[in-house]
Amino acid sequence: MFVLICGCGRVGSTVAKTMLSEGHQVSVLDEDPEAIALLERGETRSWEDMGGQFTVGTALESDALVEAGIERADAFIASTDGDNTNLVIAQIAQRRYGVSRVVVRVLDPARSDWYAAQGLMTVCPTKTAIELLEVAVREESSA
Amino acid sequence: MYVLIVGAGKVGWNLARELIEKKNEVTLIEADQRRYQTVEEELEHAVQYGDGSELWVLERAGIERADMVIAVTGDDEDNILICQVAREKYGVERVISRCNNPRNLQHFELLGIKPVVSATDLILRLIEHEVPKYGLVHLLDLPTERLEIIEIEVSPGSAADGQMVKDLGLPDGSLVISILRDGTGFVPLADSVVEAGDEVLLVLDTGLEEKITQRFGANGAP
Repeated sequence: MFVLICGCGRVGSTVAKTMLSEGHQVSVLDEDPEAIALLERGETRSWEDMGGQFTVGTALESDALVEAGIERADAFIASTDGDNTNLVIAQIAQRRYGVSRVVVRVLDPARSDWYAAQGLMTVCPTKTAIELLEVAVREESSA
Repeated sequence: MYVLIVGAGKVGWNLARELIEKKNEVTLIEADQRRYQTVEEELEHAVQYGDGSELWVLERAGIERADMVIAVTGDDEDNILICQVAREKYGVERVISRCNNPRNLQHFELLGIKPVVSATDLILRLIEHEVPKYGLVHLLDLPTERLEIIEIEVSPGSAADGQMVKDLGLPDGSLVISILRDGTGFVPLADSVVEAGDEVLLVLDTGLEEKITQRFGANGAP
């Protein structure tokens, strides 16, 4: 599987490394050329030597998406630090480039829910944190 | 009319001011606190502080009863999102968006957001109008319908110079709709003669400009 990940922060870079180690082809796009350091942290080889691809560019620019390989991507992960950017590029990946599996990170639960209802596969870390915290507090109080 | 404007930059602020003057009800939303305070001194309760791409902020501003939503922030992804939820979630019938980077116009189009106003694009068109390339000016582009209306000047000695409209040898998919001469215009008949210096208006399928230019332009084939 060819996976394109837009946004190489803590989440994007970790998912990228996991996918690569599982034998998938992984391409990462980020506007910050220094972001590649997160992919190489704790590694002896460079990201490219490990077989990964890294492109510097803005995810809203079609040229950057094409250079990063969106046209042959089987999966697309939108994990930049902007909810709106993620929601827009995910729809571009889905509608313009026909990527079959598109996953979007959305921090705002309200936007996450609405776009999920519109057919986007959204992941909302805020909601997950809330649920886990509530469960943890209940367990504590019942102990 | 109730108008919701997101983004109190120069465009948003002035739009709000003009629309209020024209007796519309307006709410302006601004995410930057300092900017909000500046604008609030003049517009008072007509401006609200918050991130206009958050649904609760839009709801607090009454998006459900808005007749029109105008997204004029400096970020195209925000403008796209705001217009998309305005139309598709809240059923606002009329949205207008600003596009800051003309390269993003394709994204607005893909997601069905229109009309879109791009200052860069407008100025580029004005430049084209003032300094026409090959004497050809785009008057109207209908990209979805793949049609355009252009204006082109007839060069002396071009293939078209001195020809009747029916003998112009225009490609299929193009039609002369008007000739402008000496400050007046007329709708030509098949036997109207085209003269050097005329400005000819044509409707044509997208992609035919080059063939048209060959007939009317200075270096046109005989």
